[in-house]
Amino acid sequence: MAETLTLLDYWPSMFGMRCRIALREKDIKFEYQEQDLWSKSPLLLEMNPIYKKIPVLIHNGKPICESLIIVEYIDETWKGKAPLLPSDPYERAQARFWADYVDKKIYEGGRNVWSTTGEDQGEAKKEYIERLKVLEGVLGDKPFFGGDSFGFTDIALIPYYSWFYSYEICANFSIEAECPKLISWAKRCMEKESVSESLPDPEKIYMLLLELKKKAGK
Amino acid sequence: METVKLYGAWPSPFSYRVIWALKLKGIPFEYIEEDLSSKSPQLLQYNPVYEKVPVLVHGGRPICESMVILEYLDEKWPQQPLLPSDPYKRAEARFWVKFGEDRGPSVWMIYRTEGEKQEKARRDALEMLTILEEHGLNGKKKFFGGDNINIVDIAFGGIAHWMGVIEEITGVKLIEDNKFPLLKAWMHNFKEVSFINENLPNREKMVAFFRARRSMILSSA
Repeated sequence: MAETLTLLDYWPSMFGMRCRIALREKDIKFEYQEQDLWSKSPLLLEMNPIYKKIPVLIHNGKPICESLIIVEYIDETWKGKAPLLPSDPYERAQARFWADYVDKKIYEGGRNVWSTTGEDQGEAKKEYIERLKVLEGVLGDKPFFGGDSFGFTDIALIPYYSWFYSYEICANFSIEAECPKLISWAKRCMEKESVSESLPDPEKIYMLLLELKKKAGK
Repeated sequence: METVKLYGAWPSPFSYRVIWALKLKGIPFEYIEEDLSSKSPQLLQYNPVYEKVPVLVHGGRPICESMVILEYLDEKWPQQPLLPSDPYKRAEARFWVKFGEDRGPSVWMIYRTEGEKQEKARRDALEMLTILEEHGLNGKKKFFGGDNINIVDIAFGGIAHWMGVIEEITGVKLIEDNKFPLLKAWMHNFKEVSFINENLPNREKMVAFFRARRSMILSSA
């Protein structure tokens, strides 16, 4: 039976980017299907009835939801090339812990930066930089979060790099000035084809953000 | 064999997730009770990011976040597996675990609030329970894991024992008599299993503790 693999995605989504990167790291052919989140397709609603969100990976007709779960699924199903998680259980636990930290602290942190103004935005900026610095501390002098190889935590975090430009313009600050090691790491990741092909142009994301803000009357 | 230590707190369902997993797998461990109002230097050193329990320390190395700990235990001690071996079934199990992590706090919000905020939390919690009943348990056998308890059952253990205490203290009923038959059956089956039954905090103690704490939370709100 021919294998079918479809990724239901939305181009600026950090969560979608994680899946694209994982598939490309493993050289896996897949069909990318752009979704309209304001008018959700019957396929999306059928494949993710509980959350009705992207990304969804559909493998031979069966859906897998939630980006980090999709990345682990890809790693476990296509074991031959580019392991995404370390082999040692303790290191795997650390990778999962920090990917979870990104989900808990970085997504919301970033959203607070672009969606607030005045004093609130000042607070949001401060908080966001503190959280990025925690990650910078974890990275240390290693080339990647996983050590010598690009892996799970790197995949969890790098999509946010495409959104940094937008946060910086909205809140008038430089993430590189505050977290230079993190930006070096991000540029190192961008040298990988799997990453550069999966992240959209930061300028395009900024244009989208302006549109969304206008729609929300901000 | 390297020592296994668990830093936990008796009122915490998250601590109990790890206790149940350790008991299921027959892993010997030393339990250290933390007073959450006065956290030990060790806890703060082992979990500087969140300063929370549970923390598992294996051979001196800490692992934090209950579900990360459970996956670690499953990889180091493969007997009595918590996760299935098939990648698709593993993804399904992890989906339900994440669902519990995302929506479970609504039950605690009922406990921490009153008035309109509590009403919203109640609606959120009911939605979660409905999804569990209709999608999670539908077609399953005794447990989310089939004939035996797995990681999903353990993840939802809080519902089986803590939710009733919250209902009693707040007067907000979530599991009404004729609704949620599958969930009620699951809760009953879960607590009947010996290693769960023998490892649950005392209900009277819980009611007294959580009732007092709720007063404090509301008065400082």
